[in-house]
Amino acid sequence: MLQEESDLALIIAQIVQKLKGSNLYTQLERQAWASLQRPEIKLESLKEDIKEFFKISGWEKKLQNAVYSELSVFPLPSHPAAPPEHLKEPLVYMRKAQVLINLRNPNYENGDSHSFRTHLGLIQVPLKVKDIPELKEFFVELGLTAGQLGVDDSTQVPPELFENEHVRIGQKVLSEQDSAAAQQYIRQGSPTALRAELWALILNISSQPEDILYYEQLKTNVIQHDLLVDSLIYKDVKLTASNDDYYFVFEDYLYQVLLCFSRDTSVLGHFAYSSASPPKSYIRGKLGLEEYAVFYPPNGVIPFHGFSMYVAPLCFLYHEPSKLYQIFREMYVRFFFRLHSISSHPSGIVSLCLLFETLLQTYLPQLFYHLREIGAQPLRISFKWMVRAFSGYLATDQLLLLWDRILGYNSLEILAVLAAAVFAFRAVNLMEVTSLAAAEAVLADLSTLKVMPLLQIFLFATVT
Amino acid sequence: MNTLMDVLHHRPGWVEVKDEGEWDFYWCDVSWLRENFDHTYMDEHVRISHFRNHYELTRKNYMVKNLKRFRKQLEREAGKLEAAKCDFFPKTFEMPCEYHLFVEEFRKNPGITWIMKPVARSQGKGIFLFRRLKDIMDWKKDTRSSDDQKDDIPVESYVAQRYIENPYLIGGRKFDLRVYVLVMSYMPLRAWLYRDGFARFSNTRFTLNSIDDQYVHLTNVAVQKTSPDYHPKKGCKWMLQRFRQYLASKHGPEAVETLFSDMDNIFIRSLQSVQKVIISDKHCFELYGYDILIDQDLKPWLLEVNASPSLTASSQEDYELKTSLLEDTLHVVDMEARLTGREKRVGGFDLMWNDGPVSREDGAHDLSGMGNFVTNTHLGCVNDRKKQLRQLFRSLQGQKKTPN
Repeated sequence: MLQEESDLALIIAQIVQKLKGSNLYTQLERQAWASLQRPEIKLESLKEDIKEFFKISGWEKKLQNAVYSELSVFPLPSHPAAPPEHLKEPLVYMRKAQVLINLRNPNYENGDSHSFRTHLGLIQVPLKVKDIPELKEFFVELGLTAGQLGVDDSTQVPPELFENEHVRIGQKVLSEQDSAAAQQYIRQGSPTALRAELWALILNISSQPEDILYYEQLKTNVIQHDLLVDSLIYKDVKLTASNDDYYFVFEDYLYQVLLCFSRDTSVLGHFAYSSASPPKSYIRGKLGLEEYAVFYPPNGVIPFHGFSMYVAPLCFLYHEPSKLYQIFREMYVRFFFRLHSISSHPSGIVSLCLLFETLLQTYLPQLFYHLREIGAQPLRISFKWMVRAFSGYLATDQLLLLWDRILGYNSLEILAVLAAAVFAFRAVNLMEVTSLAAAEAVLADLSTLKVMPLLQIFLFATVT
Repeated sequence: MNTLMDVLHHRPGWVEVKDEGEWDFYWCDVSWLRENFDHTYMDEHVRISHFRNHYELTRKNYMVKNLKRFRKQLEREAGKLEAAKCDFFPKTFEMPCEYHLFVEEFRKNPGITWIMKPVARSQGKGIFLFRRLKDIMDWKKDTRSSDDQKDDIPVESYVAQRYIENPYLIGGRKFDLRVYVLVMSYMPLRAWLYRDGFARFSNTRFTLNSIDDQYVHLTNVAVQKTSPDYHPKKGCKWMLQRFRQYLASKHGPEAVETLFSDMDNIFIRSLQSVQKVIISDKHCFELYGYDILIDQDLKPWLLEVNASPSLTASSQEDYELKTSLLEDTLHVVDMEARLTGREKRVGGFDLMWNDGPVSREDGAHDLSGMGNFVTNTHLGCVNDRKKQLRQLFRSLQGQKKTPN
């Protein structure tokens, strides 16, 4: 008990430390000073009165949301003497694997198998992943007895049954401006009209003048200096989003966001809890001298093919460039970075791959075996879906319903579950194919899939 | 990808004939119609895909005339408010005969942009924008009849129209909507609205002011640095369902309901304005392509009506849309005489007007509150046409079997 209390005290201290440097702190201070003018603030009970004032005026809610936001990326409790690299990534071989050639636990022998079935898939790393009973518990709000947007808002279902009430609750959550409540609410999906605001609330994004100014500053940087990564961004946008049937319209917005993103040094903050480290470069002629090291690109993130697809769906929701930018940046430092860095985190891409393979092998062993035999390892097909969080593969409205749940559960595991559910859905056709190319063809077009029914069937209605 | 031929060839029991005298159904060109309609005898069951004088609706100068006349009539009969519902067509003047009226309007609104369009050409040919009278004075001189045009062959007519300077933009781009309306007869007026359609985006950014002045630089840079293996855009179209969803997430469902209800208003009033003028031959039906522009206040404007909307497909998705559209058109035309005539929906078509407004079955109330017609239309909504057709034809078969 004592240990827990001191752990908690430590966490509180760390968060307070973090928030003290934030804009919210300055605002709260200013508000507190201003509140002294108010008649209800009495000198004898100053502390309680100010606290009461904060509660009534909504500032306490803002503080709550900020704390909640910090907690969502807070690293797990760790050994007090652990150095920072250990905090980023506890497993040694994962740390070493940052320059990836092969990923194996050197301590783990694949030979002893009396308790561990031979894993048929590509990921031979013993990370802990959830099984279906655990997933059912984790995703309990997606169960068959609860209403869902994406299922219970279809045209055949009368809106009085679920949709109307859900919309009403959503409006209430928004008026309360409570991040935690919004996150709980959105597990059952967000109504189209409320989604933009709900996501902003959950990600704790409010467009303050300072944020807009910061974004304008980034834009100035874009105009003044070229970066080599800009070419990568242009190429990526032209090859992916511009070729997409629906996202081609937002080409300009994508440039606005991504070019600024590369120059945003505040993104470096996420490396504190990411297993990756930003690439370093050295001022010309000073190779190896730490004083002349710079992070390159300034935000430490090198874009890759398909990167712009993280931004494209957001263009549907946010039309004000600075708000779009903030939302994307927060989505990146909370979720997307895990999809392309090697870590042992349950939402990291390695765990997701393993989760996918484990689910498939456990519940569709025949299919898995068949695909492996014909040289079509399932992960080879599903990997690209998960790395892009299904952006560009699903219809936009379905994608947004999926990303609702990513925000709601603060986890990317749903991507692996969906990937497995897709395979389960097309299992009959897949059993008949005889080559990797044919398997790819069966799974080439996901644009007609309805995400929520698929997930529900896989998690809650499949006989295991 | 010839959608029409594919659909006609695949229709069960239909055979293509080459001989002029043998056909029961003809999807004809307007030029054939002009030359042959008046001296072609058609049996009662025969159907042809155009009305004799469709140009009353589809040629810009005639349409404007008809609309103006209809508006005046409405004002007389029902007052200014009702007549204002016809204000979906940008102010247009026929050239050269209304030149003086145009100049008057021009002087009242200095600095706005006008657009000059030829009445009969399509695909943007011959169109230009202008802001100064000087620009068209010069043009007038150029096209003024020379000596060998003193006879009665008319000089090509133009219309001068007020250019809509604040179009609704998506991603900084301008777009217009293509909507399909099927008219089975004018007297009485029976019109169907197809659920699918698309938004066509322009390749260039409308104005760069819409994003940011500094950003002009950024996009130029982006364009200049285009990588060599850049693949051209797959298509510049959004299906209407996507467009409707986008607007709903941005403006909320009520605003979208109002917009689409205003568009219904455009379709119905434009057809009503030519109802008495068009020769309503029972052999004729017509599939129109309406071009609609939305402005930043979410007001729809009618750009033009096409009597022969393009049926060539630019992509797989486009092919499916157009073949479905044509199949459902043929279902409604009903050469096979399967329908009872009381249907309100056939595949992707909803009956929009049947000598009067057609109400939605569920009695949905008028969300827009604008007093527009709450018609049985579902533009941009889910189009589960295959399922609906299956159910429809199954029940029709059932009805045939039971003795009356």
